[in-house]
Amino acid sequence: MFVLVAGGGKVGSNVARTLRRIGHEVTIIEQRRDRFAELEEEFEHAAIVGDATEIFVLERAGIARPPDLVVAVTGDDEDNMVICQMARERYGVPKVIARVNDPRNEPHFDLLGISPTISATQTIMALIEHEVPEHELIHLLELRKENLEIVEVQIDKSSPSAGKRVSGLKLPSGSRLISVMRGGRAEIPDHDTELQPGDQVLAILEPGKEDELRRVLLKK
Amino acid sequence: MKAIVVGCGRVGSAVAKKLTKSGWDVTAIDENEEALARLGEHWSGGFVVGHGMDVNVLREAGIAEADAVVVATNGDNTNIVVGQVAQKRFGIECTVVRILDPARAELYSTLGLRTVSPTSTAIEVLTEAVKSCSVKPLRAPAAAS
Repeated sequence: MFVLVAGGGKVGSNVARTLRRIGHEVTIIEQRRDRFAELEEEFEHAAIVGDATEIFVLERAGIARPPDLVVAVTGDDEDNMVICQMARERYGVPKVIARVNDPRNEPHFDLLGISPTISATQTIMALIEHEVPEHELIHLLELRKENLEIVEVQIDKSSPSAGKRVSGLKLPSGSRLISVMRGGRAEIPDHDTELQPGDQVLAILEPGKEDELRRVLLKK
Repeated sequence: MKAIVVGCGRVGSAVAKKLTKSGWDVTAIDENEEALARLGEHWSGGFVVGHGMDVNVLREAGIAEADAVVVATNGDNTNIVVGQVAQKRFGIECTVVRILDPARAELYSTLGLRTVSPTSTAIEVLTEAVKSCSVKPLRAPAAAS
């Protein structure tokens, strides 16, 4: 696979290095001279100096071929958005991945249809939520394009779903239980599976159905 | 009619003043508080300090009721994103975006953004200015390729 990485900071250089190690062709674009000098030593002609939002720089990096994937990981959200948009709209790049530096810009990425996006803040928040679940319903994975998400729920004694069969739960439409972890073993629940206190349940659902699901499984 | 001008530098402030003179109700946005001074002592329009990428700043400037948005910060990519936010999220058809880089200006105009590239204008005007001098070029003009 041919991958173009825009942004040669810690994120970009490590992504490029890893991709190369596992056998992919990579070009990496970096604007800052000092960083570029280091990248050039390692990546040689596959390192390009310049502003990755300039069309002639992108073309020198091979965007017209086009790459199978463009990874925009500069420290500027507006630059990442423009790189992804140009890659897709002008050069027909089939897949883009963008880094979100300021999570408040996430709606702009969504607005411009740029997905998937990676945000360090959100990843950290998700991990914190996992450790300190505030709503007893932990977001594990968001499938933005598919408009689905996977959440984890811990069933306890006071949960209204404890002791009930899956078929007896009034799960919201657009949601489904996908696994039940009990005593260190996971199983795929069917209609007859009875939920017990201590179960860790994974559910897939459409965003916005969280409250309904929480009510059915956990009360309140 | 209400207009919002994002970026109150040399260009943005002058546009804001001209629109005000033509009867528009104008609010300018700039990251820098001192940019207000560019609008002159008698500025009667609005002024909001903040970044154009911040939707709350755009709202505070009244984008929900705006009829036109002019985006002229000193960052091409910021302008491209803010322009699309105004156009697509707030549905403002009359969104005009300054893009210095002619290549990006052209690309985004094909993507439906109303772009203005002062650089392209400067290239045209400068070339024409030289051609209009009474100096003969050494070689015959190259055939158009």
